[in-house]
Amino acid sequence: MTAVNPAASRRRRGGQDPVSRGPREGVIPRTAAFLVMGVFTLYFLTPIWWLLIASTKDRDDLFSTNPLWFADFRFFENVGALVAYRDGVYLRWLLNSLLYAGVGAVVATLLASMCGYALAKYRFPGRETLFNVVLGGVLVPATALALPLFLLFSQVQLTNTFWAVFLPSIVSPFGVYLSRVFAEASVPDELLEASRLDGAGEIRTFFTVSIRLMFPALVTVFLFQFVSIWNNFFLPLIMLRSEELFPVTYGLYAWNSTINQFPELRTFVLVGSLLSIVPLIITFLLLQRYWRTGLGTGALK
Amino acid sequence: MRSAKRAAAAALLTVSALAVAGCAAGGGSGSGGDAASCEPAGEDVTLTFTSWIPGIEDAVAMWNEENPDIQVEVQTGPSGNAGTYQNFFNQLEAGNAPDLGQIEYDALPNFRVQDGLVDLGACEDVLAAEDQFLDWTWGQVTLGTEDEVYGIPQDQGPMALFYRSDLFEQNGIPVPTTWEEYREAAVQIRELGGYITNFSDSDINQFAGFVWQAGGQWFENDGDAWTVNLTGEESTTVADYWQDLIENDLVSTYPAWTDEWNNAYNSGEVWTWNSAVWGANSILSGAPDTSGNWSVALAPQWNAGDEKAGNWGGSSIAVFNGTDHLYEAAKFALWLNTSEEALTSLNETAQIYPATTAGLELPVLQEGVEFYGGQPIYDVFAQAATQVDPNFTWGPTMTQTYGDVSDGFKAAAQGNGTLLEALEEGQAATVSTLEAQSIPVAE
Repeated sequence: MTAVNPAASRRRRGGQDPVSRGPREGVIPRTAAFLVMGVFTLYFLTPIWWLLIASTKDRDDLFSTNPLWFADFRFFENVGALVAYRDGVYLRWLLNSLLYAGVGAVVATLLASMCGYALAKYRFPGRETLFNVVLGGVLVPATALALPLFLLFSQVQLTNTFWAVFLPSIVSPFGVYLSRVFAEASVPDELLEASRLDGAGEIRTFFTVSIRLMFPALVTVFLFQFVSIWNNFFLPLIMLRSEELFPVTYGLYAWNSTINQFPELRTFVLVGSLLSIVPLIITFLLLQRYWRTGLGTGALK
Repeated sequence: MRSAKRAAAAALLTVSALAVAGCAAGGGSGSGGDAASCEPAGEDVTLTFTSWIPGIEDAVAMWNEENPDIQVEVQTGPSGNAGTYQNFFNQLEAGNAPDLGQIEYDALPNFRVQDGLVDLGACEDVLAAEDQFLDWTWGQVTLGTEDEVYGIPQDQGPMALFYRSDLFEQNGIPVPTTWEEYREAAVQIRELGGYITNFSDSDINQFAGFVWQAGGQWFENDGDAWTVNLTGEESTTVADYWQDLIENDLVSTYPAWTDEWNNAYNSGEVWTWNSAVWGANSILSGAPDTSGNWSVALAPQWNAGDEKAGNWGGSSIAVFNGTDHLYEAAKFALWLNTSEEALTSLNETAQIYPATTAGLELPVLQEGVEFYGGQPIYDVFAQAATQVDPNFTWGPTMTQTYGDVSDGFKAAAQGNGTLLEALEEGQAATVSTLEAQSIPVAE
């Protein structure tokens, strides 16, 4: 997200100020802007830096050495201990998270794109009502739904199963909204007509033509959903009892809640937290290109 | 992480509000659980058991091996107040609670008034086991009734004084045996630039332990109504005592369990901690540089020559309403908390300090501890455990009481208001919470 804006570098060649847009802005506002950005960058990065440093220390050094600089480098020993603890339960949690967030986000994206596409491209009675209901869903926080979901899932005896976390995760009202907006803007009706004239069915048209045009939006939906499933901790908290089903956020929370009584868990929580953000960072970096164009295209239309 | 925790707490609040609303609508009467019969099932049984103690699986595995007809499945989650209690209430509401669950003593009355627990008094084995437990731990699970038992005591937290023997010795300050001496020592230590202890505004449980030691009673239940008395004579004495120390800058006021707090102990700024037996582990982990310099003594007394101790923490294993296997559940809970093999395993994996008299004699609890200069510190706690007043009762809405009092304590630690005022507010809030939940209040 610190990547250089190509537009800005083009302007620089023209001899213009690379940051400010108006010709009147001088050195002082520029410095001020950099200062503000610098302070905020520091503000956001310091906790991560602290986490990085803390996970390289053993328990003795954690409190007795400078919290923002390295002491004895024990990172790999710490990771080894974390992975070995209770037969690798942490790795299990990490895999669970990847499963919930990865598969969940793919399915959620597919469902949201189909739904958004249908709302954008087909006329049927109740279309706007349906859309408004979905839009209303965006406003309901997931937390408020967790308890009703728990009572529902209890009725059908699905609590404490993989499905209890997976099924609610594949629903993304925001994804539907985004897909509709994007399908309206980027999938021309003429193309659909052409496709139909060529004899393609609706489903084939969707999967071979429309979905490609909607791709940047889909990446964005996927990312949003991936991150929100990865970070969703309240639903697992209410639904899950068996350690082997926990996602990593909930597992770490459970450990963290007993640190007072079991201080040896502290190092595990720290190292575990650091490792648990790695998949998020990787996903972001891999998909960065797509979702940036996606948001950009949406903004221009 | 801290903000995540706060978000989680906020989320929990939302849901507990929903759940409370749900409970009220359900109309739990709060009186008299089912008079379940305690008969063996006569077939193979699988019990579910929720506990957040890391490593409890080891003990359960031993049981499962020896009892193929009664298999126990461990479920887990965050510590009680961090979510598991709320989950229990949700599960009771949904009718799919586990057979057994870990519940801390101070939360037990809450489950009792919400009709969540089975009376284990129906099982002869349970009634017969009373003698094996310390009087006061048994009192924590009978909740002041006769022949009704709402859990099997698991562990306890008798309080004593952790102190830096090296610093006291070097500076010629005698280790205080009364609270008066404790204040005198606080003045001397302050002159040397240190603090005698840290008064943490978030540890209402520690304060309750002080009140318990002083002979105070926050709650009483005569079978019909609850008496709430957070501001009795003893509570006032304790509150005034600590208020004086705070106002004169004789104690530090770091929030507990934070890095600053660990640092204060690790650097030798803070010299003592009045804490429970499990605190031994916290110091060891939080102040590693001070290894070998700590000792443990019985807590300072209000009157010289007294032998009284407070308690901070401890939990029980309760059986939830809705179980079909009371007999088997009780049998397992008794085994887990009385058999030497289980207690040894729990102590090894999670430093659980047993609630039985025999448990205090475990060989592993007789050894000297290196961090404490080789002192066999558990001797002191075993002695303290016998000095805990058996009659202290917790109220049915302790989470709310803690929350309200803790708000006032935080302000008092920063010089706004006093600890006593916080208790007065806690008193009023607790009475109105009880009334709002239709729990009868005396007077």
